[in-house]
Amino acid sequence: MNFLFQISTGSPVPIYRQITDQVRLGIASGRLREGDSLPSVRSLAEEVAVNPNTVAKAYAELVRDSVIESRPGKGVFIAEKRRIYTPEEQARRLEPALQALLSEAMSLGYEASEVLALVKQGLAAWKKPATRPDSAPKPSTHRERHE
Amino acid sequence: MSESFALQAVGLTRYFNGRCAVQDLHLSVPRGGVFGFLGRNGSGKTTTIRLLLGLLRPDRGSSTLLGCDSQRLTPEVRARVGYVTEEHCVVPSLSVTENGAFQSRFYPRWNARVFDSVVGHFGLKAKARARDLSRGERAGLALAMALAPEPELLILDDPALGLDPVARRALVESMIYITRRSDRTIFFSSHDLADVERVADSIAILDHSVLRVCCPVDVFQSRVRRYRLRFKGRPPALPEIRGVLQVRRGEQEMQVTGVAEGEELGRALGALGAESMEQVPISLGDSVLSFLSERGEKAMGWGTELEEA
Repeated sequence: MNFLFQISTGSPVPIYRQITDQVRLGIASGRLREGDSLPSVRSLAEEVAVNPNTVAKAYAELVRDSVIESRPGKGVFIAEKRRIYTPEEQARRLEPALQALLSEAMSLGYEASEVLALVKQGLAAWKKPATRPDSAPKPSTHRERHE
Repeated sequence: MSESFALQAVGLTRYFNGRCAVQDLHLSVPRGGVFGFLGRNGSGKTTTIRLLLGLLRPDRGSSTLLGCDSQRLTPEVRARVGYVTEEHCVVPSLSVTENGAFQSRFYPRWNARVFDSVVGHFGLKAKARARDLSRGERAGLALAMALAPEPELLILDDPALGLDPVARRALVESMIYITRRSDRTIFFSSHDLADVERVADSIAILDHSVLRVCCPVDVFQSRVRRYRLRFKGRPPALPEIRGVLQVRRGEQEMQVTGVAEGEELGRALGALGAESMEQVPISLGDSVLSFLSERGEKAMGWGTELEEA
């Protein structure tokens, strides 16, 4: 298990949402890939010291959105990637992050062109193939689909 | 009153020298899960707990523990309830092990493995005298003694009080460990909102002897909302709006926190003629504080009861 969750209390982001966000971000950034396993509800709850029901709620949402799948008796795994949101839902989910970026950029005095340039630069970095500390060859089928 | 509740209070009321400590408290805690009991010092939490345990008599109303009248608890029911006081009662002259051995004689069921593992989790030495333990270590010993009988209901009165961060984390971990058995119930009072956020399934908030909130944490978090309104000039006086808990004002800005029932609160605030209005995220801690802090203005708590089974 190489994916470590980071939970902070006192945040406006509820703990279950922190868990779902971290899994989604982990997938987006390539740290988590299809077929990777996640800790069970019980062991994640004990590892990060939060109520198991909170972890279960987060996992249930991820299962519902087909981000992860639960294989009875085996554990919890990152699911095959599918387009899971309607375009409207995607836009709705991006909106808060976009507003946060814009308000920060404006208050720091950035010009629109500078913001655009920075976003492009950032995107370029994301598109580089993700490297992981454990990227030793794995005898599993899902590697090919990623290449 | 039924056995399906771990504990239940009906109209529970208690006065001390003419001062009301607990007023007409109605509270039902279902079996299973972790229930956080919040409120400022002197709001009546400890009195409520002592009434529930039958250590005090109510002036009006009644309560039950595991379906048994608090005033007539049988030894059999008492053995199924664990209780840790704020003072973490242990026998000072006895060692850690001896405290456990002494306590075990009062319980028909005593799981020494649980005792040892909690003691180990808090890093206690078996031969250390209880009087030489630090506050956090004493809390660990008191908790181990309460947990070893494997109580169905564990009542903790401000267990985190005075604990250092490491001992507090050990406490939280022990509470999570108990939830391995889904039929176990923990009822704990606390001032530590971070711990509450980590472990509680449901919360109740007692304010000035009156129950203000009693519901699952996620219901609480979805219903307490904060709005930021920006105006061209000074914000107007706030008319009476149902559900408003707390109002803060700036030069051209007003921040309103309240209990939302549907979109009613948002609509009422929207009618104030602000230039812009947005809902801002609010932490669990801030939501709880909005119930407990002095409110001022007209936000006197009309329509701010938040109770849901």
